[in-house]
Amino acid sequence: MNAPPAAEMRNINKSFGGVHALRDVSFDLRAGEVHALVGENGAGKSTLMRILAGACQKDAGVIRIQGRPVEIRHPSVARKLGIGIINQEFALAPDLSVAENIFLGDLSDGKGWISRQRLCRKAEALIRSVGFDIDPRLQVRDLSVAHQQVVEICKALSENLSVLILDEPTAVLSSRDVESLFETLAVLKQKGVAICYISHRLEEVFRIADRITVAKDGRIVGSVSPRETTPDAVISLMIGRSLTSMYPVRDYSGGPEVLRVQGLTCAGKVRNASFRVRSGEVLGIAGLVGSGRTELVRAIFGADPKDSGEIFLQGRPVRMRCPRDAIRHGLGLLPEDRKEHGVLLGLSVRQNLTLSNLKSVANRIGFLEVRKEKRIAGNLIGRLGIKVGSPEQAVSELSGGNQQKVALARWFHADCRAVILDEPTRGVDVGARMEIYRLIDELARKGLALIVISSDLLEIIGMCDRVMVMSQGRVAGFLEKSELSEENIMRLAMAGASRLTN
Amino acid sequence: MGNSVQEPEDQKVVQQGAPDVFPNGGLTARVWKFLVKYNTVVIFLVMFLIAGWASDAFFTEKNVFNLLRQVAGLGIISMGMLLVILTGGIDLAVGSNVAVGSVLSAYLLGYMPLPAALVVAVLVCVLLGAASGYLVAGRNMAPFVATLALMTIARGLAFIISKGSPIISTSQDLNDFGSAYWLNIPLPVFLMLVVSALVFITLHYTVFGRLVIAIGSNEAAVRLAGIRTAYYKFAVYCIAGGLAAVAGIVSTSRTGVGSPIVGMGFELDAIAAVVIGGGSLSGGRGTALNTLLGVFILGMIGNIMNLMNVASYPQQIIKGLIIIAAVLLQEEMRKRK
Repeated sequence: MNAPPAAEMRNINKSFGGVHALRDVSFDLRAGEVHALVGENGAGKSTLMRILAGACQKDAGVIRIQGRPVEIRHPSVARKLGIGIINQEFALAPDLSVAENIFLGDLSDGKGWISRQRLCRKAEALIRSVGFDIDPRLQVRDLSVAHQQVVEICKALSENLSVLILDEPTAVLSSRDVESLFETLAVLKQKGVAICYISHRLEEVFRIADRITVAKDGRIVGSVSPRETTPDAVISLMIGRSLTSMYPVRDYSGGPEVLRVQGLTCAGKVRNASFRVRSGEVLGIAGLVGSGRTELVRAIFGADPKDSGEIFLQGRPVRMRCPRDAIRHGLGLLPEDRKEHGVLLGLSVRQNLTLSNLKSVANRIGFLEVRKEKRIAGNLIGRLGIKVGSPEQAVSELSGGNQQKVALARWFHADCRAVILDEPTRGVDVGARMEIYRLIDELARKGLALIVISSDLLEIIGMCDRVMVMSQGRVAGFLEKSELSEENIMRLAMAGASRLTN
Repeated sequence: MGNSVQEPEDQKVVQQGAPDVFPNGGLTARVWKFLVKYNTVVIFLVMFLIAGWASDAFFTEKNVFNLLRQVAGLGIISMGMLLVILTGGIDLAVGSNVAVGSVLSAYLLGYMPLPAALVVAVLVCVLLGAASGYLVAGRNMAPFVATLALMTIARGLAFIISKGSPIISTSQDLNDFGSAYWLNIPLPVFLMLVVSALVFITLHYTVFGRLVIAIGSNEAAVRLAGIRTAYYKFAVYCIAGGLAAVAGIVSTSRTGVGSPIVGMGFELDAIAAVVIGGGSLSGGRGTALNTLLGVFILGMIGNIMNLMNVASYPQQIIKGLIIIAAVLLQEEMRKRK
């Protein structure tokens, strides 16, 4: 084995703004192996592979393909070098045929015409070569998710494919489809393709990987062989930071139940979730991205439809078919995506602050009492420590942390009994983070029931009185304050539905 | 991650958050910024000066009132269009609704007293608007498609009611309204100003107006704030329909006939007025005052050219160029911000 690796990355550095996403990362892929790359959300796995695929540019470092140094300035360069990538989100044109999708980058027959027959013949051969039988004339829209993924793989297969990167390929697949994916990978492996497999699912990783490399906070912290280690050992490599004093001291000692959810199910997203939150309690919801956390709370809030399940507020069953119902019942939601769902970027801070409770600043016939609105806005800005030049400033001009505080302030203004916060500190700098933690604590002390969803385990451990861990749409288990540790959370989060007895 | 580290980061946020009024400071920069910010006013004034320079007849009282009277109908429907566009929608049916309002008001005079005829005409157009509103807000149809359908339906309706030819208005009161004055202002112009003022007040001082703008700015967020967005989206199409009927009635009163071909292409002029006035077709941005200026600008183009004896075809080209210029200026404004 003296041949150079199929792909080799040495001392790669990459920053986004002030955030160091990758620090001196070195990583290699050998021909005919499956090399798994694992780590927590935000560890830098995807960034590293996007650099290799030309989707973003490294700040420093060297990339060698078959021993030859290269600069991959664009995805097309990566393609010429034989590097293919399949992202978690498919990049398919649903209205085009399978064949047209596979050859989207190279449709022409050389003279500017498309020969459907020729494309279909080529596509059919390619699909056969990975062990499937899909009619290349079908529209991609009509394919199952698994077959769509086969199309993605075929797209990545060029004649000289030497490196294939799969980013969370099984996140959208059912277990049967996962099997056919693995068969495909086995075929490619035999052909000598180097495969990089990014996944959160350790069972899968241990099944198919020849090597496992663990990333954490933008560094590589270890590389192990699955035969010589255990999933638990890999998990402890993935985590293991110390808590800091960022978090307020919580002294929750139990209160009356505020919100209870029973058997909530949304087809394909959430299965039979039940939990309760008490007055003054901060309940954390942990789990990997795609484990159904956001879908669960959106369904509770009435933002998305639910298939079954009951919701009780202070012991009484309530129906919440739209966010308006939820808010009338005293429920608030700080959505995951601040810019898409949280704030109105074009409107002023004042207008944003009063949006959920315009009634309180209007007279009976619907005229706004602007003076009153200004007073309330001023109060909220002071109370939450929102840093603005003036309440009339557009929200788009604020920093991420202050935008988040504006979104949060809405629920201080509206009368709420329970507030759900979905990733409250994503994209928020450290100073504003601490203030948001303080505000969460303040709401809880007022007797509200709080639910905090977060991918940041330290935040979950630091802020929450109790944690519910979700895995693949199910509640994998609960952890009391005394049991909270990154290991315990990750073990539940990584556990498939089969291992939820804990 | 101790306290000492966070302090400077906080300070930075303060500086970023504070409004930087004149980043470049220089006089030219300030003047340019002013021009860009009030581009609608600037275009309006430039047109105004060109008009005065090009023709002595422009600034005569007769011509100015004539111009205002000509744009009164467009002004009224543009206000409805503004509300629809603010929510992120579009209403292509307003032109046809003008015809329905015009024909119906004249037709109904044969069957009922004037006030009743006018109320029924407006109500019918409100219903036509409600049909658009239902399709858009209730059935999630694309506003362009829904109102395109209503546009042909309403036009067909106008032809059926009138059997294809103009109906002569039999009400002297109605005919007088079109040419009457109050405080030296022609009544239709007065009506346009009242409608504009109402829309201005609605947008600035009412919950309804605030939510119309908010929905266009970010509908998903407004829904998550617990607001029934469909209700407001439905309402703006009803209002646009009703205002179109009012414009149709004004047309009948001015010409003395209810015509099924009146208002063709008005929807596009109304959209142009909103856009020239800085409105964004994706919603959330636009004001009543600027839309009114947009209406005047469109009116002046035609008026000046007529005074200068320019044929009507070049007018169309210049109208198009002015729309492009206005939108490019607004783009510049956003970039500088």
